[in-house]
Amino acid sequence: MDTQALPDNVLTTQLKKVVNWARRNSLWPMPFATACCGIELMATASSRYDLARFGAEAMRFSPRQSDMMLILGTITNKMAPVLRTIYAQMAEPKWVISVGVCASSGGMYRTYATLQGVDRVIPVDVYVPGCPPRPESMIYGVMKLQEKIERESLSMRKDHIARFYESLARQEALQAEKGLTSQQAIREMLMDAGERGVGTIF
Amino acid sequence: MIIEHIDAQLPGTVTDRHAFRGDQTIVIAKENLLAVVELLYREGFQLLVDITAVDWPERPNAQGAEGAGRFDVVYHWLNLASQERLRVKVPVAEGESVPSLTGTFKTADWFEREVFDMFGIRFDGHPDLRRLLTWPDFPGHALRKDFPLDGGDVFCMEGCTAPYNNGERGERS
Repeated sequence: MDTQALPDNVLTTQLKKVVNWARRNSLWPMPFATACCGIELMATASSRYDLARFGAEAMRFSPRQSDMMLILGTITNKMAPVLRTIYAQMAEPKWVISVGVCASSGGMYRTYATLQGVDRVIPVDVYVPGCPPRPESMIYGVMKLQEKIERESLSMRKDHIARFYESLARQEALQAEKGLTSQQAIREMLMDAGERGVGTIF
Repeated sequence: MIIEHIDAQLPGTVTDRHAFRGDQTIVIAKENLLAVVELLYREGFQLLVDITAVDWPERPNAQGAEGAGRFDVVYHWLNLASQERLRVKVPVAEGESVPSLTGTFKTADWFEREVFDMFGIRFDGHPDLRRLLTWPDFPGHALRKDFPLDGGDVFCMEGCTAPYNNGERGERS
């Protein structure tokens, strides 16, 4: 084929590369701030560290307008259903960064009240360690997520989210069937998952 | 000072007492609680600072035997006029209930709900005795000594506490 038939300003590439390029450079964070990591995020977003350099400065406090959830702080068992609802409400495609040890594993709170890691109830893409992590770490986490998005295939992301919606439907069915509260339904699902030797409920 | 006054007004109610660096504690039976509270209120102990409880599982849990209950319900009062403080302990066995103070102290409402939530002690005459901190069908009462620290976590590795209720999920209350 005569390549000269195509003008110089045409470029051939894969669809996913273009789409992922757009996605990774325009992340809209939704700060789910429950503890001191939230304060650290304020520093990350303001002038000294400036999260805007990585295209993630448009903080939205509504899940409908955001696609990157930042979980900043301790999530209690009582909060877990709220977290799941908010994650479900976010615009697709969506990603989750678990910031700090409390969100990632329960951290120092090994108690009946604290969820031992948010990855038990919602899918997490990047974990940022620290108590709380420095703003540099948080920015590094966002950069890692960008790298991850770059490598993703479009259908993979879809399946990933579909699995979560399926678990949410299961939770609602359990609530209706046994008359449980959402907290107790999640607890039951975690117990079942534990008996099956799986670490998550989705 | 207030303890002598209680002794004079309601002889025999104070079954035990001690003071540590000006911190006064008395132990009374739950049958006498309302009478003592009324007297305290008249004497100026009008700020109910806190209600909590202590679980003593090693105590002989004789139902109704004097002072032998599993729990101590602990009340803290402050006299705003004299700045005196008084701690009142009421022993209560498992399954027994304590008279509610919500009639005299509005603040007792949530304190008693918290004690009910954490220890499972019921309060007679409470207007709305629901769990305060945990969710309604939470299994067990979290501050009892036989409740595992991590709430019976399913993913826990070796070396942590034993599973709650020997691995059973436990009845909901």
